[in-house]
Amino acid sequence: MQDDPTPRELIGAAADFLRNEIMPQMKGHSAFKLRVSINALDLVARQLALEPASDAAEAARLTKLLGRDGSLADLNRALAEGIAKGKLDLETLGVRDHLWQTTLDKLAIDQPNYGSYKREMEEANVSAKAPSS
Amino acid sequence: MTTEERLGHCVGTWFPGATGIENARRLSGGASQETWSFDIVHPDGVTGAILRRAPEGYGAAPERAAGLPAEAVLMQRAYEAGVPSPRVLHVLVPEDGLATGFIMDRVAGETIPRKILRDDEFATARPKLARQLGKVLADIHGLPLAQLPELRRMTAAAEIAELDRDYRAFSGPRPVFELALKWLRDNDPGPSAEVTLVHGDFRHGNLIIGSDGIRAVLDWELAHLGDPMEDLGWICVNSWRFGEIDKPVGGFGTREELFAGYEAAGRRADPARVMFWEVMGTLRWGVMCCGMMQRFRTSPERSIERAMIGRRSSETEIDLLRLLAPRT
Repeated sequence: MQDDPTPRELIGAAADFLRNEIMPQMKGHSAFKLRVSINALDLVARQLALEPASDAAEAARLTKLLGRDGSLADLNRALAEGIAKGKLDLETLGVRDHLWQTTLDKLAIDQPNYGSYKREMEEANVSAKAPSS
Repeated sequence: MTTEERLGHCVGTWFPGATGIENARRLSGGASQETWSFDIVHPDGVTGAILRRAPEGYGAAPERAAGLPAEAVLMQRAYEAGVPSPRVLHVLVPEDGLATGFIMDRVAGETIPRKILRDDEFATARPKLARQLGKVLADIHGLPLAQLPELRRMTAAAEIAELDRDYRAFSGPRPVFELALKWLRDNDPGPSAEVTLVHGDFRHGNLIIGSDGIRAVLDWELAHLGDPMEDLGWICVNSWRFGEIDKPVGGFGTREELFAGYEAAGRRADPARVMFWEVMGTLRWGVMCCGMMQRFRTSPERSIERAMIGRRSSETEIDLLRLLAPRT
């Protein structure tokens, strides 16, 4: 077992230092690259927090959908091949929901401010809150 | 010698009366080719100029690229035909010592999408941009083929085959990309009735915008011959809306405005084909993001920009799902 602080805490502290103290001193192309670098650290922090649960859920969905076990890479390869060959499509039970959930889980890490992602999450919240009739 | 010194060394050979250059600086952005801004000093004052060059061994997609000499010809033809375009001042020769590329007028204006979409300076330009761009595309598509340099001839089927190959070369299995490839094959509208010049990368970043609207079209690197509707579809790809997702044309306008400008200039828009090319374009940007990841991994440069563009491929996956498998 490793000591604290956790990787998330360390990356967060480093990103905050770069953002708050170094960024204001930078100009031009270096400022641009620093901003991209800070974005990378923030992404890693999100991945450390979210990936274990989303990977486990993805594997569980794929195991059910494909009716077989395997590594996440193997299962994704099998799904990709099934779609390419027309054996699986959006009408296949579970495929549409799986593709959506997997993609939303990727965006939550890669780019939670992306317009399409924010729109889909808002709409999901609205329909979750709407009274069922 | 530095780039600045080399520019100062050769400027007299291609700009009559020039005594030197100053203020040379590399502009940010552009992960494949280098763009430099500098001022040409001459007895009448200074002239703003841009150097566009590809250092040895670079290029976003060597096989797709028209090549910088062809780009220079296309830019000049567009300029002569009245398309908003910088004038080409010089095509680099080996004696310049600046690799391959060309030098053009620096056109004042903005290319940064977030500024164009949000700053007050562009508030009057935004509502008319989509229509203006429709006309610009019509003029580009109307350039006589006989005056053009040699370019690749592309069809939807050839584009699908390339995307399929590139995706498999750059990335592990991606079920959403497979879904898109399958949809494209099943919905390929076939070769277009008319084959025209296609700009190939007509979107934010390659368009200089001023308070009055479009001022210049840049970057002919991906120009080819093919279905003119490809350009109309590409500028509608959500990746170029920068958050303004309800305004399909670059985050500032509607498809109807784009089509109206195109048709007012005497050409026909085909909305169904445009939608097909929007799906293709969304997948294409996704595959290009994967290509950036691959180049990050294999290039000694280890560019953080390329690495992070690699993680933007998932943005195109959600956009493909919104197009092909909408929820509700």
